[in-house]
Amino acid sequence: MTGNRTRHDLGRQDEIRRAEVTTTRVARTRQGVFGDMVPARRTAPPRILIGASGAVAAVLLAPLVFLLIEARGAGTGTIAHLIWRPLTASLLWNTVRLTVVVTALCAIIGTLAAWCVERTDLPGRRVWAVLVVIPFAIPDFVVSFGWASLATWVQGFRGAVLVMTLAVYPLVYLPVAASLRGADPGQEETARSLGLGRARTFVRVTLAQARGAILGGCVLVALVLLAEYGAFEILGYQTFTTEIFTEFQVSFNVPTACALSLVLVALSVVVLGGDTAARGRGRLARTGPLAQRMTRRHRLGRATLPVLAGFVALTGLALGVPLGASVYWIFEGGAHAISGVSLVYAGWHTALYGGVAAALATLLSLPVALLAVRRGGRGGRLLERSTYLVLAMPGLVIALALSYFAERYAGGFGYQSAPLLIVAYAILFFPLALVGVRASVAHAPVGLEEAARSLGQGRLAVLGRVTLPLVGPGLAAAFCLVFLAAVTELTATLILVPTGVQTLATQFWAYQQNLSYGQAAPFALVIILVAAAPGYVISRYFDRLPARATRPL
Amino acid sequence: MAAALVAAGCLLTACGSSSSVGSGSGQSITLYNGQHVQTTESLVAGFEKATGIAVNVRNDDEDTLADQIVTEGPRSPADVIYTENSPALEYLQGKGLLAKVDASTLALTPTRYNSPEGDWAGVSARVSVLIYDPSLIANSQLPASVLQLANSRYKGELALAPGETDFQPIVTSVMRTYGTAAARRWLEGIKANAGSRSYPDNETIADEVNRGAAAFGVVNQYYWYRMRAELGASAMHSGISYFAAHDPGYVLDVSGAAVLKSSRHQAAAQRFLAFLLSKQGQEIIAHSISFEYPIASGVTTAQPETPFSQLQPNPITVRELGDGSAAIALLKQAGLL
Repeated sequence: MTGNRTRHDLGRQDEIRRAEVTTTRVARTRQGVFGDMVPARRTAPPRILIGASGAVAAVLLAPLVFLLIEARGAGTGTIAHLIWRPLTASLLWNTVRLTVVVTALCAIIGTLAAWCVERTDLPGRRVWAVLVVIPFAIPDFVVSFGWASLATWVQGFRGAVLVMTLAVYPLVYLPVAASLRGADPGQEETARSLGLGRARTFVRVTLAQARGAILGGCVLVALVLLAEYGAFEILGYQTFTTEIFTEFQVSFNVPTACALSLVLVALSVVVLGGDTAARGRGRLARTGPLAQRMTRRHRLGRATLPVLAGFVALTGLALGVPLGASVYWIFEGGAHAISGVSLVYAGWHTALYGGVAAALATLLSLPVALLAVRRGGRGGRLLERSTYLVLAMPGLVIALALSYFAERYAGGFGYQSAPLLIVAYAILFFPLALVGVRASVAHAPVGLEEAARSLGQGRLAVLGRVTLPLVGPGLAAAFCLVFLAAVTELTATLILVPTGVQTLATQFWAYQQNLSYGQAAPFALVIILVAAAPGYVISRYFDRLPARATRPL
Repeated sequence: MAAALVAAGCLLTACGSSSSVGSGSGQSITLYNGQHVQTTESLVAGFEKATGIAVNVRNDDEDTLADQIVTEGPRSPADVIYTENSPALEYLQGKGLLAKVDASTLALTPTRYNSPEGDWAGVSARVSVLIYDPSLIANSQLPASVLQLANSRYKGELALAPGETDFQPIVTSVMRTYGTAAARRWLEGIKANAGSRSYPDNETIADEVNRGAAAFGVVNQYYWYRMRAELGASAMHSGISYFAAHDPGYVLDVSGAAVLKSSRHQAAAQRFLAFLLSKQGQEIIAHSISFEYPIASGVTTAQPETPFSQLQPNPITVRELGDGSAAIALLKQAGLL
């Protein structure tokens, strides 16, 4: 689909939508993970939607069933002993303090960067809007490799905070930027006209408007931190997840690894619950999403240079260091014979698996997003939220669960085959697909389709001319988010990848583990290159998310 | 869309298994490799060239691979497992999953480096040493015995990797020499000395000590040599030192390989083991950048490191090292795992 065509269609739909807005003047709204504002409808959802969503949720929660089965196998005595040993306290302390500090830093950096790009006259903001997002495409273990191989002090807690903040802050930036662009500037102006100062307006109005988006981003950050392994392994920082790996690798002990994973799941339930509680307080009603106009940008004035310097520093640290380290080690690493597995071969398999997994995850997330957005309701939302639990389960656990089910109930069918690995990716990164699809479904309200139908368009025509053009870019963004994550996945890949196949991540890991930085670096560089294109697509998509907000209606 | 996915899935399956279709003789075996990737790659290339049998290599941590083989049971796709240390092989031996190695192959390696049951064969060896930063601690101040690692004078100076598979043999060795109670007190002392300098593996210890982040630690000798080969001599800010002769901390770790009982390619798998221990295979190890000591067919290392014959390790046997489960239990009691 071409850009022109889309814009043309969007223009037509805007006319239809404007008509709709006049009829629903003030819509009740609620905010999703990416801060989208959606009119909530309360009609009974069709059975097929409930059935499909239920099936998807069942597949996603299958690993949890596996954890319970295995943990039961370990026996309650063993589990109690395991959980109450002295190490658990220090793991809990390490995990919690890191999660709190990094999440807070990401919230601050992500929000400030989004505000500067969206609401100020920052020079070169379109370039920054892309550069600030790209670090998300660089795998955490490549970021920590870059830092740890160059700087002595990047290790332990300090190192983990630095590396993880730089690697995941875009998860806050993306939704906050989208939400600031979509927010009603009238509220800020009203506050100012009533005598509220600049700073207080920012805190009491702007931040309040973006609160849902900030919280949503923070949840993703916290969940990702809980499940992170590669970066902490390189930095020598012990968390629950690294300990699960130790338990699995050192002790030949799957049941205890699973029992520890249950603690991780409990922590993620706390995160999700805390988010729900924080959201619950108060809602910002506003006129429908179309009653927007160009926001007047704040003048940075004398602050321009320091702010620019801040952006240069942020992208330099988050992008420049891993890139620079990779290039540095290609030239400085020891001389080696050319390795048996070529970069191209690993790159091709990586892209193939990632691409199919991204398509599958996007497809699976459609019914869940439709149910959650269009039909609202407590059940739909609970179902949607439960799928986020997957994000906090380490890839290793998902892979073990799939192996277990394949061995136990399918006679080993599909074990160590590409399809099973792809299913693992789709499960692991389903929440990312949901984030993208959900936002786009929210921007194709059912009323639009109804309006088109009432104007005499057939079902197929509505799908092709209304729904798809509206939802398409969001599906593409969802695809890219999952693709990025799958390209950089390591721990599930090691277990499930077909024998003889290397992905970029497994090959990088093998060399990095051997301290063969010179051989690891080219793989890091190719990962960054493979990930940069979808990273760019995502930044452009979220940059345009409420496209209407950027031009006067 | 669904049809397209199914088609893509079929394509992927074909793609994944296409590499398992062997060349030459048309035969192929699957190798679960816990050894360092580069060394295995050269060995596999040499074997494929010599025999025409294709080898599918699956790389992962040796314990993970051993676990996978246990889970897979009689359906395991693996024909051969090749590990850095003997405990993973002893673990599989104890589960009755290994086939007997051909007697002619076992004869190539000195008996003490093979499985007492003849279920796996020793391929190469490494030895534990102290790696230290001379600017933080003088050579003369280093402990002569592994027991002294728990001495409070080393508080805040020791780097430790309690989860590293190379560390468990040392714990087993200390347990055998001084008893379980003393070994536990020793581990608690070590834990206090290491404090926050607890790392995931030997590679990290070597790296941290070389960067001056810790004064010293215990690693296997080859990490230091490989780091020097990788970074160049000018970037080395660390040195290595040996424990006193026959000290319980001076442990020889044997890397070995075994054929799985469930393998449907017994003959080809046995040929692979024979190749590892042959003069040709051992020469590959001798010249490899992995800096392991070849131990079979009379081959000695070609790398500039202390000759194997001059090492004076503790006489603990591979059988006494066992599968490491007692050491792991003690590490857990001491709060290190």
